[in-house]
Amino acid sequence: MAMLQINLRRFRSARALALVGFLVFAPCLGYGQDVNSCLDCHSAQPGRLEVTPEKFSQDIHAQKGLTCVSCHGGDATSYDPAQAMSRKAGWKGKIDRKQVPQLCGSCHSNPTFMKQYNPSLRTDQLDQYHTSMHGKRLAAGDTKVAVCTDCHSVHDLRPPSDPRSTVNPVNVAKTCSRCHSDASYMKQYGIPTDQFEHYSTSVHHDAMVVRGDLSAPTCTTCHGNHGAVPPGVDKVQNVCANCHTFQAQMYQQSTHSKAFEKASLPGCVVCHSNHGIHMPSDEMLGTGPTGVCMRCHTPGDRCDRARVAIQGNLTQLDGAIKDADAALRLAESAGMEVSEARLSQDQARDALTKARVTIHSFQTALVNQDIQAGMKIAAANQKAGKDAMVERNHRRIGLGICLIAIAMMLVGLWLYIKKLES
Amino acid sequence: MFAAIIRWLDERLKLEGLIAPLRHKTVPTHRLSYWYFFGGITLFLFIIQVLTGILLLLYYRPGANEAFESVQYIMTRVQFGWLIRSIHSWSANLMIFTAFVHMFSVVFLKAYRKPRELTWITGVILLFLVMGFGFSGYLLPWNTLAFFATKVGTEIAGQVPFIGKPIMIFLRGGEEVTGATLTRFFGFHVAVLPGIVTVLIAIHLFLVQRQGMSIPPKLEARWNAHPSEKREMRLFPNFLLRELMAWYVAMGALGALAALFPWTLGVKADPFISAPAGIKPEWYFLFMFQTLKLIPSKVWIIDGEVLGVLGCSLAGLLWLLLPFFESDKAPRTKVWITGLTVFALVYVIGMTVYGYVAN
Amino acid sequence: MCADQLPRTDTSRRRAIEIFLGGGILASLASFLYPVLRYFVPPAVVDLGGDEVVAAKSVEMKPNSGKIFRFGSRPGLLIMNSDGTYRALSATCTHLGCTVQYRPDLREIWCACHNGTYDLNGRNISGPPPRPLDVFDVHVRGDEIVVNRKREA
Repeated sequence: MAMLQINLRRFRSARALALVGFLVFAPCLGYGQDVNSCLDCHSAQPGRLEVTPEKFSQDIHAQKGLTCVSCHGGDATSYDPAQAMSRKAGWKGKIDRKQVPQLCGSCHSNPTFMKQYNPSLRTDQLDQYHTSMHGKRLAAGDTKVAVCTDCHSVHDLRPPSDPRSTVNPVNVAKTCSRCHSDASYMKQYGIPTDQFEHYSTSVHHDAMVVRGDLSAPTCTTCHGNHGAVPPGVDKVQNVCANCHTFQAQMYQQSTHSKAFEKASLPGCVVCHSNHGIHMPSDEMLGTGPTGVCMRCHTPGDRCDRARVAIQGNLTQLDGAIKDADAALRLAESAGMEVSEARLSQDQARDALTKARVTIHSFQTALVNQDIQAGMKIAAANQKAGKDAMVERNHRRIGLGICLIAIAMMLVGLWLYIKKLES
Repeated sequence: MFAAIIRWLDERLKLEGLIAPLRHKTVPTHRLSYWYFFGGITLFLFIIQVLTGILLLLYYRPGANEAFESVQYIMTRVQFGWLIRSIHSWSANLMIFTAFVHMFSVVFLKAYRKPRELTWITGVILLFLVMGFGFSGYLLPWNTLAFFATKVGTEIAGQVPFIGKPIMIFLRGGEEVTGATLTRFFGFHVAVLPGIVTVLIAIHLFLVQRQGMSIPPKLEARWNAHPSEKREMRLFPNFLLRELMAWYVAMGALGALAALFPWTLGVKADPFISAPAGIKPEWYFLFMFQTLKLIPSKVWIIDGEVLGVLGCSLAGLLWLLLPFFESDKAPRTKVWITGLTVFALVYVIGMTVYGYVAN
Repeated sequence: MCADQLPRTDTSRRRAIEIFLGGGILASLASFLYPVLRYFVPPAVVDLGGDEVVAAKSVEMKPNSGKIFRFGSRPGLLIMNSDGTYRALSATCTHLGCTVQYRPDLREIWCACHNGTYDLNGRNISGPPPRPLDVFDVHVRGDEIVVNRKREA
C-alpha cells in the first residue's frame, strides 16, 4: 500500500509537469501546421524586416501553400531565434540580390513543378531574363539592376491579372519608372530618365489608364518584360507594326523606309517619338511647332510641295465633314429628321481616318483617293442637311397657306353668325 | 346646291324629325358661357386623334423589332408623315389639357350637381381612360424615354397592395417591360380603349343633350327669380357655328405646333442599358409622380410608395363621387367643397410645375 | 331708311359671306385633305426598317469573299464561305468602332485600325477587341441574300 502511495506521488508530479507543458504548448495544437514563428516575430519588427500576416496573406505564393521556409529556409515551428534561423535548419537569411533570379527560377523554370499549380504559366522567364539588359548586367556584377522582386514585389506578390499587382498592365509603367525616372539612381548608365514623363502624356497611356483599354501598349509591350531590351533602331517599326499594321505596310513600301534605314534613323519614332506619342494631327504635316516634315526637307522642293498638297486635301475633307455636321445640326434644331445623314457622316469620318493612314505611303495620289471618297459622302450629307432646311421652309409656307384658309373660314363664320343674329 | 342635297336626304331619312327638336334647344349665355366650348373642343381633338391614328395605322408596325423603325419611316419617308404623326402627338397632349380645363370648369361652375351626377361620373371615367390612351400611346414609338417611363409607371401600379402585382403583370404582359408589353399596349390603344371611350362619349353627349347646359347656381337662382333677365342662344345653328369656329382655331393651333415644333423621334429603346437620369412621365402624370417622390420611403410601418398609390387612388375615387357629397341640405359643405376643389386645382398645377423645375 | 340702301349693303354683305365662308370651307378642306391624300401614296422605298435588309444579290458574291452592307444605322459584313454558305455579322469593331473586313487569305475577320482579329463566328481571337461581334441571321430568298437581326426572345 505504501509502495503504491510513493509511486502515485511520483506520478503526480509527472502529471503536473505534463499538465504545465500541455498548457504551454496547447496553442500550438490549435494551429497545427499553421505555426509560423517567422511571421509572429517579423510582424513586430521595424522597417524593412517587417512582414505582417495581413501583408503575406495577399501573396499568391502564400495562398498556394508556400511559406517563409520555402524560400528562406529555417524552422518556422520554433520561437527560439537561434533555432528558427539556424544554418542547420537550412536558413538562408536575406536572399542576396544576385541569387534572386536563380531562387525564383528554381520553381518557375521547372515546367513539371509549375504544372501542378498553373499549367498555362510560362516557364521561360529566367531564360528571357538572361537575355535582357538587366540580366546581362547582373551577371556582370551590377546589383543595381532590377531582379524579380523589384518588379513583382515580394511577400505581397500578386498575379499580374490583379489590378493591385505592380506588374498589372495599368501599373507597369509606374513600376519601371521607380528606377528609370530616378535621375540620381540612373546617373552612371547614361540613358535618359524622362521616358515615364513622356509616356504619361502619350495617347497610349491615355488609352490604358484613362480609358481602361488593357490592350494599349505600356513599357513591356515594346521592350519585352523579362527579356527587356530597347528595340534596336532597325527594329522599331516591327514593334509598332504589331498593332499599326497598315501604317507599317505602307511605310515599308515608301521612300522613307529605305532612306531612314540608310541614315540609321529609328523609323516611326522619327516623326512620332517613342515614349511621348501624342495623338497625331494634320498639323504634323504643317510648318508649325508640331510639323515634322520640314525638319529634314527643304522648303520648295518636290516633297515640300507634296506635303502641302496632302495637308491641303486633309484639311479640305475635315472642313467638309464639319460643314456637313453643322448643316445637319441646324436641320435637327429646326425639328427635321436627318438621322440617316448623321450616320452616313461616320462613313465620311472613316474615309478621313483611312486617308490619314495612307499618309504613310507618302504618295499624294493614294491619299487623294481616300480623300475624294470621303468628300463625296460629306457633300451628300451636307446636301441632305440643306435639303432638310428647304423642306422646313416648304412646311412653313404650307402652314401659312393653311392658316390663311382657316382665317378665311373664321371670318366667314363670324360674318355668317353676325348675319344670323342681326 | 347645298339645299338640294339636304332636300334629297330629307325625302329619304325624314331629317326634319331629327333636327326639329335640336332647333328648339338653347344654350344659356352669360359671362362664363365661354367655358361651354371646352367639352366640344375636347371632342374635336378626340376625333382628330381617331383620324390621325387610323392614318398612322397604315404604316405603323407594333413589335419591338420594327416599331421604332416604322415611326422613323413615317417621319422621314412617308409624304406628310411627319405632319400626321406630329399632329397626333400634339393633339394627344392638347386633348388631355382641354379635358382637364373642361373638368375644372364644370367643377367651378358647379355643373356636376343634381341631376347631372351621371354626366360627371362618365366624364371623370373618360378622363382616366384618356390618360390611359396617353400612357399606352406614349410607348408605341419604342424609344428610350417611353420605355423607361412605362417601366416606372407600371412599377408604381404594382405597388397597390394585394392586387398590384397581378395588375402590373397584366399591363406588362409579363414580369418586365418587353416587346410583349408593346403589343399589349398597342391592343389597348387602338381597340380596347377606343371602343370603351366611344361608348362613354356617346352616353356623355346623350346626357348633355337630354339635360341641357347647366347654369352656375347664383345665376340660376337669379334667373328663377327674374325670368326676364334670362339670356339664351339657339344651339343650332348659333352655338354650333361658334363651336365650329373654336374647332377651326384648334385645327390652326395643331397645324402650327406640328409644323413649328415637330415631335422628336428619340433613340430606339434598349432594355439592357441603365435608365437615363431624371426619367419622368409625361406632364399629365407629373403631379402624381412628384407627390410620390415627396412621400418619405416609410411612413410609420407603411411603405411610402404604397401609401402614395393608395392615397392617389382614394383621391381619385372621392373625386369621382364628388356630386354625392354636395347636397342642398347642408350649405356649409358647399363652401368646403369649393375650397377643396380650388385646392385640388392649385395642387395639380403647382405639383406639375414643381415636377418640371425640380429636374 | 332709304329703300335702295338696304338691299345694296345686304347683297354686298351676303357676297362677302359667300366668298369668305364658301372660299374658306373649300380652302381649309383642301389644305386638310391634300396632305392626307398624299399620305396614302406609299413611298418609293418600301424600307423594311432596321431589322431586315437585302445585303446583296446572290450573283455578286464569290466564294471566300466578304461585302460590307448597310444594316439600319451600322455597317454589316456579309461573308460567303468557300462551301457556298453565308455568314453575316456586325462590322463595327468592338475596340474603337472601326469597320472590319474579311480577310480571304486568313479566313478571318480583321480590323485594320489596330490589328484585331475575329473568327468567323465573331469571337475576338487576337488583338485589342474586348468583345465578339454580333452575329446576324442570313437566308437566301430567290436571288437575294437577306440579313435579319436575331429575333428577340
